Amino acid sequence: MKTLVEGSKYCSFKVGDLLFGIDVRDVQEVLRYQEITHVPLAPPVVRGLINLRGQIVTAVDMRRQLGMPERTDGRLPMSVIVRTREDPISLLVDEIGDVIEVDPDGFEDIPPTVSGVVRDLMTGVHKLDDGLLLVLKTERAIRIA
Amino acid sequence: MEDEIVQEFVIESSENLDQVATDLVELERSPGDPALLSSIFRAMHTIKGTCGFLGYPKLEAVAHAAENLLSLLRENEITYSNPVANALLATTDAMREVLTLLETTGAEGDRDYSEIIATLRALAIADADDASPADVPATPAAKDATTPERGGIEDAAHPEPARNVPPPAEMTDQAHPGADSPEEEHLAGDAKAPSADLNIRVDVKLLDALMNLVGELVLARNQIIQYTESVNDPAIVATSQRLNLITTDLQAGIMKTRMQPIGNVLSKFPRVVRDLAQACGKKVRLETDGRETELDKTIIEAIKDPLTHLVRNSVDHGIETPEERLAAGKSEEGRLLIRAFHEGGQVNIEIQDDGAGIDAQKVLDKALDKGLVNNEAAAKMSDRELLSLIFLPGFSTAEKVTNVSGRGVGMDVVKTNIEKIGGTIDLSTAPGEGTAFKIKIPLTLAIVPALIVTSGGDRYAIPQVNLLELVRLNASERRGAVETISGTPTYRLRGKLLPLVDLGAELGVETSHFLDPDDRRSFNIVVLQADDRQFGLVVSDVNDTEEIVVKPLGRQLQNIRHLAGATIMGDGRVALILDVIGLARRANVVTENSDRAAAEATADAAEDGSSVSSLLIVRVGEDRQLAVPLAQVARLEEFEASRLEQAESRQVVQYRGRILPLIDLAQFMGVPATLAASANVPMVVARAGNRRVGLIVDEIVDIVSQAVRLQPISERLGVVGTAVVDSKVTSILDVSELVENFDQSIFEDEFALEGAQ
Repeated sequence: MKTLVEGSKYCSFKVGDLLFGIDVRDVQEVLRYQEITHVPLAPPVVRGLINLRGQIVTAVDMRRQLGMPERTDGRLPMSVIVRTREDPISLLVDEIGDVIEVDPDGFEDIPPTVSGVVRDLMTGVHKLDDGLLLVLKTERAIRIA
Repeated sequence: MEDEIVQEFVIESSENLDQVATDLVELERSPGDPALLSSIFRAMHTIKGTCGFLGYPKLEAVAHAAENLLSLLRENEITYSNPVANALLATTDAMREVLTLLETTGAEGDRDYSEIIATLRALAIADADDASPADVPATPAAKDATTPERGGIEDAAHPEPARNVPPPAEMTDQAHPGADSPEEEHLAGDAKAPSADLNIRVDVKLLDALMNLVGELVLARNQIIQYTESVNDPAIVATSQRLNLITTDLQAGIMKTRMQPIGNVLSKFPRVVRDLAQACGKKVRLETDGRETELDKTIIEAIKDPLTHLVRNSVDHGIETPEERLAAGKSEEGRLLIRAFHEGGQVNIEIQDDGAGIDAQKVLDKALDKGLVNNEAAAKMSDRELLSLIFLPGFSTAEKVTNVSGRGVGMDVVKTNIEKIGGTIDLSTAPGEGTAFKIKIPLTLAIVPALIVTSGGDRYAIPQVNLLELVRLNASERRGAVETISGTPTYRLRGKLLPLVDLGAELGVETSHFLDPDDRRSFNIVVLQADDRQFGLVVSDVNDTEEIVVKPLGRQLQNIRHLAGATIMGDGRVALILDVIGLARRANVVTENSDRAAAEATADAAEDGSSVSSLLIVRVGEDRQLAVPLAQVARLEEFEASRLEQAESRQVVQYRGRILPLIDLAQFMGVPATLAASANVPMVVARAGNRRVGLIVDEIVDIVSQAVRLQPISERLGVVGTAVVDSKVTSILDVSELVENFDQSIFEDEFALEGAQ
């Protein structure tokens, strides 16, 4: 059995048909949909503010961040609370997946043909048995243009 | 443990030194006051004794020399002259310096204080010998500089030194400082002992943490109360009522721990005023009132700098020199009064001087000169509005720039800093009688009373500080109540027109419905104060007033100007707190702001925010676009090319009986002139102060009024920056700077001619 190296556990989530992963150590917690207070005149990627046990957290819509169309199935987004250097930030995603342990050897750079926002938002790819796990570039994902 | 003792010593000694400095200044008013003298002496003695105990020879040597001088003062052996005061004040500064080093590095540092010790000794000897006190500090200090230096070190090594002045009879306890034990320290400081036993020092961080917890508790309490409204269990209801009371008391208690008397800030002003007045050759008496008025610590910190600036400003610019005052029939000594008091849940601070007052006309001239306003706007301004021009960035009324104040960054920063903590500043002045600045600030920033309103289905909190009154118009009253001026709604409030702003529409969350004559819904007008303007905010519903806990917005949302933060409501949802001033600016309610924005765009191109300004767009060369701020434009003219003449090596034109110097902008920008030289030359007659200059352009394109995002990338003097105007890159000119840097001599020529006419 292979020993796991640091950084090989990812919290996975889906946005559209993409499976993303964030290093578990950067994830504070995962929450169901919380009521969001809309912030008028804020940049559109900011869906609003949520109350996380008395702390006010900015919620960033990952679909809007990725330039994807709004969800049409009527289901509510889930919230991944990410630790940042300053305050925690909530990333609104479609679905939360498992915590995935990956084989560090299975990591590859982004294929050169991937372009656009998706490329900006990831650092590389982990090849899994049943698909690809895109490693999210967190600091870029929480940036607001 | 040792660290703690040192820390304690540093804090205590700093406080003692603050008191000493205050008392020393006070002593100048009542020389020989025995109570003051012994308070100073005791404090100095305590520091010296503890120094010996902890082993800080340098500090001890300085304190020792000061103590000697003080003991002579106390015995009336010498008089408290100005040089003595200066030397003793300088001593407190030096000692504070050592204390800071002790706190940060743990050591006394290697600065040499022998000079100050020598001065103190020289004063002790010279004055005791009844020499003229005035010339003491400079000469004897230098003369003695070598010998006492050794003496100083010797003193330091032996805490029980041989004194070079005979110890006065009753000084036995001070004569053996080496014997000072900690017990004796307590005796020496026993006047303060009782209060020391009743107080403990608490880390401010701990207080901040407690404050946050109480904030959380207030929210939880609000949620429970909301929940209990829906249950019918008497036990729960009773418990929640109790919880409510306890929380309120606890909140009040914690807030109280963070309160500090404003005297903590005011206590440093006597020294500031004294030193500054001396430097300016003025006589100023500082009076303070309401030192015990309490404010939240964070607010105390925030007002320190603005207050200092205002005080310096009053001494430097407000109060006249003794000669001027006598000539004006006033007493030689100017009076500066700082008054603090509570009123209506706010703290008022007034800084009042009996100086020359501020001349509104002078202010206007200056503002015109600096291009901060244009003539047209100025003509409409009331005196009050004229005076408030001094708060614009880049304004300074000082006729000469001193190193004290008047660097032109000042009053605008004062205003911004006070607004930042939710306060306001106002100014009133009477020529010849003086000036008063009135500051109003909230007691605390953490928990504020606010009015909760609804618009577009969302709740918003409006801090009550800005709230004046509420007007509700129901279906029958609303007909004809709102009148519009080309689409802009207004309401007659007791006969005065109140501009209306629809919150939902302004925030883009819903379309305005209150103007729709078919709409039957009632609506509410929240009358608000922003700067010195009132406006009505139209909201769908007014809910309630509530104590809200102000929470900052995340970094991502920090530059949204119309929001002051967020809070959590009783139902656990987040509500936004409106920044009334920001909202008023956004809705253009604060009209003077358009001028301010123009000034900011030119004077203060910093801060990425764009602002609205009016610009005259011109073209030079084939396709180079330039812009001149409209405030600096006097007229637009066209001259026949043949009328342009040469004077010396300058191009000039005769214009309204005068000679107008010309600047060819194409040449200035280094752009080749258009080949198709036409018979007529378009020209912008621009104004830089009271000078005029003709700017030769190839075409006058347009006047635009738009948000300009200025990039200060130009190094060319006369060009303040570059912006995109009408989708073209445009260099924005500053006429004053252009004139200043083009060539001075042409303007001197003009002046000479004007004088001859």
